[in-house]
Amino acid sequence: MKLIIAAIKPFKLEEVREALTSAGVRGMMVTEIKGFGSQSGHTEIYRGAEYAVNFVPKVKLELVVPDPMAEQVVELIQSTARTDKIGDGKIFVLDVNQAVRVRTGETGDDAL
Amino acid sequence: MILNKLLPVAVVTFAVLPGLALAQEADVTPPNSEIGYILTTFMFIVTGVLVFWMAAGFTMLEAGLVRSKNVTMQLTKNIALFSLAAIFYYLIGYNLMYPGDGWMIPNVLGAISPTTLEPVGLAGVEPDLTYASVGSDFFFQLMFCGATASIVSGTLAERIKLWPFLIFVIILTGLIYPIQASWKWGGGFLDQAGFLDFAGSTVVHSVGGWAALMGALILGPRLGKYKGGRTVPMLGSNLPLAALGTFILWMGWFGFNGGSQLYMDTAANVADISRILANTNTAAAGGAIAAMLLTQFIYKKTDLTMVLNGALAGLVSITAEPLTPSLGAATLIGMVGGVIVVFAVPMLDKLKIDDVVGAIPVHLLAGIWGTLAVPLTNSDASFGTQIYSITIVGVFVSAVSAAVWLVLKATMGIRVGEEEEIKGLDVSELGMEAYPEFHTS
Repeated sequence: MKLIIAAIKPFKLEEVREALTSAGVRGMMVTEIKGFGSQSGHTEIYRGAEYAVNFVPKVKLELVVPDPMAEQVVELIQSTARTDKIGDGKIFVLDVNQAVRVRTGETGDDAL
Repeated sequence: MILNKLLPVAVVTFAVLPGLALAQEADVTPPNSEIGYILTTFMFIVTGVLVFWMAAGFTMLEAGLVRSKNVTMQLTKNIALFSLAAIFYYLIGYNLMYPGDGWMIPNVLGAISPTTLEPVGLAGVEPDLTYASVGSDFFFQLMFCGATASIVSGTLAERIKLWPFLIFVIILTGLIYPIQASWKWGGGFLDQAGFLDFAGSTVVHSVGGWAALMGALILGPRLGKYKGGRTVPMLGSNLPLAALGTFILWMGWFGFNGGSQLYMDTAANVADISRILANTNTAAAGGAIAAMLLTQFIYKKTDLTMVLNGALAGLVSITAEPLTPSLGAATLIGMVGGVIVVFAVPMLDKLKIDDVVGAIPVHLLAGIWGTLAVPLTNSDASFGTQIYSITIVGVFVSAVSAAVWLVLKATMGIRVGEEEEIKGLDVSELGMEAYPEFHTS
């Protein structure tokens, strides 16, 4: 199993969710986050005074999928969340040791 | 009792359906000599209610432009200051402002006595049928006094202690405002010098502005507002409320300027009132559009808070003379007000004068501009007298306000502690949050 963590632009969330559920993904966790990457921040103006927005709002997806699906899911997130503009986000893939479904006690791929 | 309750209904019925009135009933049509008195009194009641509503406008504007940790305090200050203004204008302000023949120092210091109204049903008195009832005049004028105090609270928001602020409000509404207003509207020495200020660009708005400026200088900026020569923006917590407040003020201003015609007893006066309303409206629009274009041009983005301030600055600018300008001239006068705001807000920040809601540019600077603009459209005014009167009022209000702020600072302190300010006045001074379900850092 792989844990896929993706930070994407918030307005892309719905599109990514649709693409992933169509591809057979059955669950994900979503968090509203702030952060910076190569986009770093930007400046805004309020009543004539500039200020830096150092942390940009993003949405973080976390989903665990069986190993064979991982590559396709990563590819889907990348192609769907992409706008070709700076700040599109990042995707990380980690190994997962174990998964347990709380209701039934099923483990491994069956728990996903 | 029952008869008294039915009487107004009967009057309305007869007024609406005169043809149906039975011949044997008494004729309840008011005599011609009373019609002017009735209409002017009615006009003061309606416009007074509109000006009262400006207190809600100030409250919402300020609630929207302060940070969420200080909103309850701003609401509290606004309802308290209006209530104190109502009581102290009744106890001393009104007769200090309108002494009639009872000046203590002729044309400089009015009478000290509480306001008394006409007896119920005008029993035993001959009202001045050329004007309006004392009750309506008092009610209308009181609202202007309340507006003056509202101006101060926005500038000093987020760091001033509640009770010293309210003590200042008592002195402002009971003494400072009525004394200087008597010089013009009470028939005092500025009026006799030929000073023209129709609804109070100077008498109301600049007075609130000077008092706010002195308070801001003595109180100091909010913690962290100016760091190493840079201005740190402190974003308003609720721009929908700020926009609502601005629209409420805009609406209230129709009463503020329209009622200041003071008479609605002739066709000419009614026509003038409608002219005033149209001019007031277009000046606000001019101020908003000027601020919008200018912020877009200078900063490449339209700044809503400046557009809101611009509309209000347009209103303040036209207040000294809303009658004589044409619609075009009124628009231009308002637009200059909007321009003043866009340049003055960052200028005050450069001077490290922290004005949370922009009341000093809007009420003081646009108030001065509006007063100076009177001779442009009204040949009865002169620049010399206008400048002289602006200066006299400015020096008096600034000196007395500064003295009061300094005494309050030395005796009870006017500023909350550092920790209280960082936590926010809602929690530290009131123990009540405006938005308890939201927690942000």
